[in-house]
Parts: sequence; C-alpha cells; structure tokens
Amino acid sequence: MTELNEDTVRAECRAWLTANWDPNLGLVEWRHKLAESGWGNPHWPSRWYGRDLPVGLVPIVKEEFARIGAIGPAEAGIRVLAAATILAHGTDMHKEKFLMRIMTGEDTWCQLFSEPGSGSDVAGAVTRAEMKGNQWIVNGQKVWTTSAHKAHWGLLLARTDWDAKKHAGLSYFIIDMKQPGVTVYPLRQMNGHASFNQVFLSDATVQPEFLVSAVGDGWAVTTTTLMHERRGADGLRTWGKGSTRPERAYEEERAEIATTMEPYKWYPQRAGRVDLVLPRAKETGKIADPVVRQEIAKLLTMSKAAEWTARRARAAQAEGRPQGPEGSLGKLVSSHIARAAARVHTQISGADALLTGDDGPMNGVIAEILVSVPATSIAGGTDEIQRNIISERVLKMPRERTGDTEKPFKDVPRNLVG
Amino acid sequence: MKFSFSSEQDEFRSNLRRYLADRAPIKETRRLMETDAGWEREGWQALNADLGLAAVRIPEEYGGHGFGFGEHCIVLEEMGRALVCAPYFATTVLAAGAILHAGSDERKAALLPGIASGKTVATLAAAEDGGSWEAAATTLTASATGRLNGHKSFVLDGHTADLIVVLARGPSGLAFYTVDGNAAGLTRRLLKTMDPTRKLARLEFSDVESTFLGSAEGAYEKLAIEAAVCLSNEMVGGAERLREDSLAYAMMRMQFGKPIASFQSMKHKAADMLLDVELAKSAAYYAAAALDEGDADIAATASLAKACASDAYSQTATHAIQIHGGIGFTWDNDTHLWYKRGKSSDVLFGDAFYHRENMMKHWAE
Repeated sequence: MTELNEDTVRAECRAWLTANWDPNLGLVEWRHKLAESGWGNPHWPSRWYGRDLPVGLVPIVKEEFARIGAIGPAEAGIRVLAAATILAHGTDMHKEKFLMRIMTGEDTWCQLFSEPGSGSDVAGAVTRAEMKGNQWIVNGQKVWTTSAHKAHWGLLLARTDWDAKKHAGLSYFIIDMKQPGVTVYPLRQMNGHASFNQVFLSDATVQPEFLVSAVGDGWAVTTTTLMHERRGADGLRTWGKGSTRPERAYEEERAEIATTMEPYKWYPQRAGRVDLVLPRAKETGKIADPVVRQEIAKLLTMSKAAEWTARRARAAQAEGRPQGPEGSLGKLVSSHIARAAARVHTQISGADALLTGDDGPMNGVIAEILVSVPATSIAGGTDEIQRNIISERVLKMPRERTGDTEKPFKDVPRNLVG
Repeated sequence: MKFSFSSEQDEFRSNLRRYLADRAPIKETRRLMETDAGWEREGWQALNADLGLAAVRIPEEYGGHGFGFGEHCIVLEEMGRALVCAPYFATTVLAAGAILHAGSDERKAALLPGIASGKTVATLAAAEDGGSWEAAATTLTASATGRLNGHKSFVLDGHTADLIVVLARGPSGLAFYTVDGNAAGLTRRLLKTMDPTRKLARLEFSDVESTFLGSAEGAYEKLAIEAAVCLSNEMVGGAERLREDSLAYAMMRMQFGKPIASFQSMKHKAADMLLDVELAKSAAYYAAAALDEGDADIAATASLAKACASDAYSQTATHAIQIHGGIGFTWDNDTHLWYKRGKSSDVLFGDAFYHRENMMKHWAE
C-alpha cells in the first residue's frame, strides 16, 4: 500500500482523472463514475463512494479537478447536509438509496426544521408525527424551506412524544416530498423575492424505515445537520461559477447551476455589497465629501478586520491549533458590515437610492441592498442567538434558565399558530 | 501574509506576560505614575538585562536581536496589557526608528548599541504646540551648525530621556538632529496630563547644540507608519486586558441573587466587546506582518489598524467602566488607568478620524 501524502494522493487522483474525465459524457453518467471511483467525495468512507481520505488532503483532490476543469459531484443546496447526516446516522438502506443520487444531482433535498412558532428555538417544533397502523402520519407546518417546491426528499424534524421533555420528544425522518399530504407555497420576502417556501403537512406519510436513528433521538441528529450547515454556510451560496466550455457535461452543469442558484441571486446584496462602495462613491463624486469618506473608511476597516479575523481562524485550523474566540465571530460581524454598507450606500446614492429596477442605480442593485440586509442578522441564527452562543460557549458566562426543558413539552407555553 | 504566531513567538509572549505580571504588577504602575519621571532606571535596566526588550528590533550589528515587527509588537501588546510604566515606546519605536531610518551607518553604530543595552533612554520630539503629527507643521529651526531654536510638545518621556531625536527645519529641509537630554539651552517641562501612566513634556530650545542625524524626508513618514502600527498593538493589549477584567468582575458581582454575568444585557455586551477587541487585534497583527513583509499598501493598513484600535480601546474602556458600575468610577479601581491610556493612545500620532482620512487618501484615488 502506498503511503498517503500530498504527492501520492495528487499523483493517484491525476492518473484517474487523465484516464476517465470526459466532458462529452452526460453529467449524471460522469458523476456516477466519479461516485464509484471514490474521488468525488474522497473523505467519505470507502464503502460509501469515498476513499477514507483525511479531510486535510481533500484540497489536493479539488486542485486536481480544477486543474483540468473536471466537474465534481453535485454539492449545492441542502443535499450536502442530507449526505452528511445520512453518513453519520443513517442505515445502510438509507446510504444505498440516497447517497449516489445525491452525488449525481438527480435528487434535490430540503430541510424541514423551522416552523412559524419556532425560529431561533428549533427544538420547540410542534409538527406532529404519530405511528398509525404501520406508518408515521405527519401534521404541521414548516417555513423558510429553500427549494421545497423542487425537492424530492425532506429532512424532517417532528415531535413524536408530548409527554417527554422538550428535546427528548423529537424524532428525525426522511420524508418523500412528492406526495399528496405535502403542499408547498412560496413565501414572499420584503425584498420581493421568494427564495423560500412554506410547507404544509396534512396527513403526510413516512414509512417506518425512513426514521433516522431512534425515536426520541431527533435532536441529536438535527444537531449534526445544523453543525454541517454552519460549517458550510458560505460554501452553499458561493458555489456556482460554471465553465463556458461547449461540451455536454459543462452545458448540463450550467443548467443545473442556474436552477440551484436561482433562489440565492440576491444574497450578495444582503451582505451589503462592500465591493461596490468605492466605485459608487467615485462614480457619484461623493468620494470628495469628508463625511462620506469617514463612513466609507469605518466600513472598510470593519470589513478588512473581519476578513483578517477569519484568516486567523483558518490559519489556526490549518495548523491544527485550538481555535481561539476569533472563530465564532464571523456571523455577528457580517451583520454589522451589511447594515453599515446599506447606510453608506444610501449616503452615496442619495435620492437615487429610492429608485428600483431600471429607474435605480445599477439597475436596482443599490435599492435591493437596502431591502435585503435585514436578512443577514436573522437568517442562520439571529444576532441575539449569536451573542448568546459567544457569551455562553466562548466566554463561559452562565446560561439563562429558560424554564422549558425540564417539564413535559405538552405543559410548555408556546405560540398559537394557525 | 502570516496569520498566526509561531510556537516560539507564543512562548516568548507567555514568558513575557508572566515576567510582567510578576515584576510590573498594577501596584507598581500606580507607584510609578505618581512620580514625576514616571519610570525608574533600575526597573528599566532589569527589564533589559533580564529579557533584552529594548534590543528586540535593533539589528544584530548594532547590538540588538534583529527581530522584526512581529516580535516587537508582541512586546508592545504585552506592555499595553500590563500597563507598564517604562520609556519603551519612546525609546524603541520612536527614537530607535528615527535613527534606523535617517542615520548613517556611523551614527547608528554610535547610538543604537546604547539603546539596545538599555543604557540610553531616548525619545523623538516631533509635534509642537499645535499638536499636529505632520512633519510639515514643524517650526523649530536648525542652523547650518546644528543650533536648534524653537519648541516641541507632547514629547513622550521628553523630560527624562537621555537622548532626544528632534525633527527640525534645517538649511536643506526637514531633518532629524540628536540632542543630549541635559544640553545647555534646553528647558524641559513635564506637562500635566490626563493619562498618568504616559508622561509628556514640552521642550524649549534656545540655541541648543545638536548633531545632525539625517534627512527626515521619507524617513518621518516611515516612522509615523511604524508608530501607528506599534501603538495599535500596544492598544489591543490594553483593550483585551480591560475586556477580560470586566468579564471576571461580571462573573463574581452578585445582584438580585445572581452574578450579573447571567443577565442577557451583560452577556450581549460581553459578546460585542469580544468582537471589537478581536477585530482590532486582527488589524494590528496584520499591520505588523505587513510591515515585516514590506507590503506596498502599508500606509493605509497602518492607519486602518490605528483607527480600529482607537475605537475598540475607547469602546471597551467605556463598557468596562459601565460593567463595574459605581466602583468603576473610583480612583481605587484600576479600570480608569486603562481608560485614560486608551484616550491618550487614541490622540497620540493621530486619532481615528485622522487615520480614517489617511486611509481614504490612499484608497480613494
């Protein structure tokens, strides 16, 4: 057996790609080959389409793919979270049935966690799953579900025991989204886009073998999914620059990217578009205004310092050192940056900031920034939750007593929804 | 660019932190800040004999250790954290920096070994009564024979330094001159300052004899950049100490039957403080690395780091007093010592507004 290091991995991967990469294959056909070879997700177990490669060596493989423009496995959207969760907690049947079609991109997934009554408090879910006859019957409402209208499968968190304590009464299922009991409606946001959905579950069914882990173990499984979501939060959304080359595989990938990225097209605006601040200030002449200059400098200071803080965290990680507090701050600072950027953009554009679409500067992009940034401090954990996490986990300050975790969940006060 | 410290640097930092906690506790700061000098030669020489701190960035050929700003800034950060009363910034950043940038090999060989060994305490006299940090504002004159006439103000440790590097308008432009601290015609007056841990002096020059060091053209700008970066690192050390002390206080202070650290208003403030300090640290560390690597954008980066550290230190100090409540407003509580150091550091070498405008001068073109 050859020794596993950067050079041997690179050589082996390169040899396989040289022998097998063919842009004239269909996308699914190519990815099927890729999955069988283990090079698509080399850090996965060798029994399940991987090569047991240490995570630290994965970038080498990615470099080799990028070097010749070979297409990788389908990675955008919730499907990566589904794969990670199934690998950690799923049965062999789950792995058999789902992993290959996740990698090929044939199946789209969605995440059914948030509910109208439980946003920051995901474990307060009240969607109910009951065993009736020989199957689970699910009733309830989920919200903020990206791609639910296209998804084949959903990762579902539901309450199976109302007498148990809050976290102990939850179970985790894989639910077939293409069934009569599942109805999906788009949710229109304040910026006019509809990137998310509401999902109504009315006597939807789940077969017993699609329970993930044990009944009552749903919170532990959810934690796995959320952990991967947080870790990959940027990756999910920055992915998606297709090649312009003409061959069949590239053409199919471009179509896939267009569909997958469609809900995310306003995401750059919600982050504040710091990149546009200097060009816009020069274009409008506001760059000469000393008040505007101060505000721009404040924004750029924060944005640069945030970038360097993230680099410090990554450097520590790469060197295998324990991560300092710098690793937990990115989400919170991105909210500050987004808000400050929206303010500066308004200052720079003046009355023009009121105009949208082709009446507005940059074909409406500036106005879209102003109505999109409020999402940054809410989505994926509100600023308030981030501050709780920082103060409790990093600074070790005392947890607040919440009063909802020690009694049967049925006795916990909750929102009236419906 | 480097984004982490090596294990040697980490070890250097922890040794230094332990040494300063032991030899320069806050009790010592309080004793020294009540003296006119603000520091004592015995302690200064021990600091240099034990750890060679003044020698850190001085090249080996001049009796130094030849380290870069990475190491020098670790020392400054730890001194800012411990609030050490010593003429370290004036001697090693300002005076040594001016000599390194402007001096001939011969002058460097004459002046730097004394600084490196801790024998010579030195400073830079640049600003005047207007308090401008721009070289162009200089009115003090030097004659062709090096006679200095005029005044300087806001001179760090200017009343006690053995050697003063003076920015003056000479026959062929702005230049640095060195003056003996006890030179005839030099009158030194300790200014009454808000920050008792950092002494400032006003100097009057009446036909004072000096030695030409070198042209200040370009050299002063380089020095101002280095001063901003070094001060930023000193500042983040102080800010982090305040943040940690406030957190420790919130964890033990009981009100309404529980530690105030359990209140969400305190937890959220503590999270915000951590964010402010970590961002400022990242900027200060980045700027130090950029200096070592000769980064082309260093002037803007240095100003960014200084503006970021200024805001973070002031904000942290304000929160720190608030978290301490009434006791935080008393003289006996130590918080105000860092609060005042934060303010003086903000103003020295240009405040946050000045540095933000400086950033824009580089980035707006």
